[in-house]
Amino acid sequence: MRALPALSFLTQLAAAAPAPAASALVQDPLGSPMWQFHRRRLFGEAPVVFDGGVKVRFPMIAEDQHVFPVEVDARALAGVTRMIVLADLDPIPYPLDYRPLHAEPFVATRIKLDQRTPVRGAALAADGTWHLSGGWVDAAGGGCSAPPASRVKGDWAQHLGEMRGIRRPAGAGATRLRIAIRHPMDTGLVDGIPAYNLETLTVTDTKGVSLADLGIAGSVSEDPAFTLIVGAPASEALTVTARDSNGLVFRGTLAADPGATGGGQGS
Amino acid sequence: MKFARRSVLSAALAVPLAARAEQFGGTYAPRPRQIADGVWVVRGADEAIAPGNGGAIANSTIIATDAGTVLVDPGPSLDYAKTLAAAALSATGKPVTRVYVTHLHPDHALGLGAFDPAIAFALPGTIEGLKQDGDGYADAMYRILAGWMLGTQVVVPQGRVTPGPVEYGGRRLTAWAMAGHSRADLVLRDEPTGTLITGDLVFHDRAPATPDADLAQWRAALDALAVLPHRLLVPGHGPVEGSEAAIAQTRDWLEWLGSALRTSVGAGLDMAEAGEQAIPGRFAAVKLARYELQRSVSHFYPRLEAEMLPRIDAGSEAPRPKV
Repeated sequence: MRALPALSFLTQLAAAAPAPAASALVQDPLGSPMWQFHRRRLFGEAPVVFDGGVKVRFPMIAEDQHVFPVEVDARALAGVTRMIVLADLDPIPYPLDYRPLHAEPFVATRIKLDQRTPVRGAALAADGTWHLSGGWVDAAGGGCSAPPASRVKGDWAQHLGEMRGIRRPAGAGATRLRIAIRHPMDTGLVDGIPAYNLETLTVTDTKGVSLADLGIAGSVSEDPAFTLIVGAPASEALTVTARDSNGLVFRGTLAADPGATGGGQGS
Repeated sequence: MKFARRSVLSAALAVPLAARAEQFGGTYAPRPRQIADGVWVVRGADEAIAPGNGGAIANSTIIATDAGTVLVDPGPSLDYAKTLAAAALSATGKPVTRVYVTHLHPDHALGLGAFDPAIAFALPGTIEGLKQDGDGYADAMYRILAGWMLGTQVVVPQGRVTPGPVEYGGRRLTAWAMAGHSRADLVLRDEPTGTLITGDLVFHDRAPATPDADLAQWRAALDALAVLPHRLLVPGHGPVEGSEAAIAQTRDWLEWLGSALRTSVGAGLDMAEAGEQAIPGRFAAVKLARYELQRSVSHFYPRLEAEMLPRIDAGSEAPRPKV
């Protein structure tokens, strides 16, 4: 019923100034109070659509507000160059900023939630349009403002940067990686504990080509874990390099998969 | 009257889901059902803790004795426990004079405040657990249940259960100290009727919850329960009818869960994927299966990954900070 006046308004706008401000008019299906703020910061004047192009998967309950799994899958879109995980009402609202350079547009990790908030995935497609989807998550407070377990236990420094991982074949010329790194991921929101977190993680092949480039913020869970699907065959050894906000560099190597020539190892 | 209520209900259904979920309180109506001579069960809703059920999701058991009524598991809140005590009084004709708490979880234990702690009994591990985690549980319950929880406080039982025979008001009970669902799980058997009260070691047609579970201990406890003679079984959650199969069903779920989680970690699945995996058809009648699988993924996955994924680093380039 209200579509008509809105439409005519759009037409007038389009006549006056064709490209800009189109995304400003997109209604947020989640009704988030922070939507316009985040839209301006993240997407500027780029077109934004809420559609099935990007799929966001998370459990029906935030069982632990310190460890909330989120998976963003934009493989339905062509030419995705950037993906962002967004938790509108979190004090550190963008846990992940992913550039799948030679990788499938798919990323999964665990994040902290500081309160009930929309959790979304955004993917920038080749045509310059951002595709978004997500949902509200009801979470108890304190995901970002309570100290991590390793601070309470006091053993974080003994295990800092320990890296674990596995690789599995994921179709022709693609490899699924699951990587976990010990890190306190201090948010800076806990009294007496300054911010200290992983900031980047890259996956490179033997020629030194970056396949995947992850920007990481303090709202990724303690001892971060990531799933990526990189464009490398099983015969290629892969290097994982992570850097934290104190400049420490952590490196891990996933050797070429020996059983891979026969079509991949079972799991 | 009936007609009016129905129209109110359908009006409520027309309200969007988010708005409908905002139910800040309500009235409990526990209904004891006699299952054996002198034994009644009050069934909890086979649902997750939610504003629609006031947290009344666990089963409670009422046993009549000459000295007064024994109540096993007073439920989630002060108000619930009060209505439960009134229902027990009208069922047995005697007030509640002894309360057992099977384990520390809030859907079973937070109703203790309706009773004198001197008449409340639990295993020592449950008492320690309530002292340590009770306030956290209460916070979480208040957050979800708001007005239903009004006046509810953490009360710690003063009586420590020693395993073995108990005689109270001329009624013989036997107590066992087990573990696995939580760090201390009390099992009681009412000897005159052979009714085995298992607490949350046994779930029936309702998926087991694992926030404090040790799966190996739990399986061992189920093996021990399977050989305890009994005529009736009251599970912590789910119906009493047909519960002779519940021990095996709970064990089957835990076996499947443990191996499904390990397989998922081994395949490099992330937690969201692991929580979406197919649940075997034999669990089709098990309520809340998907919900509890996703909770269990949260409980176990990070630990399993730390245990199962191989190290791939050769140490960091920079020296480790000293603390």
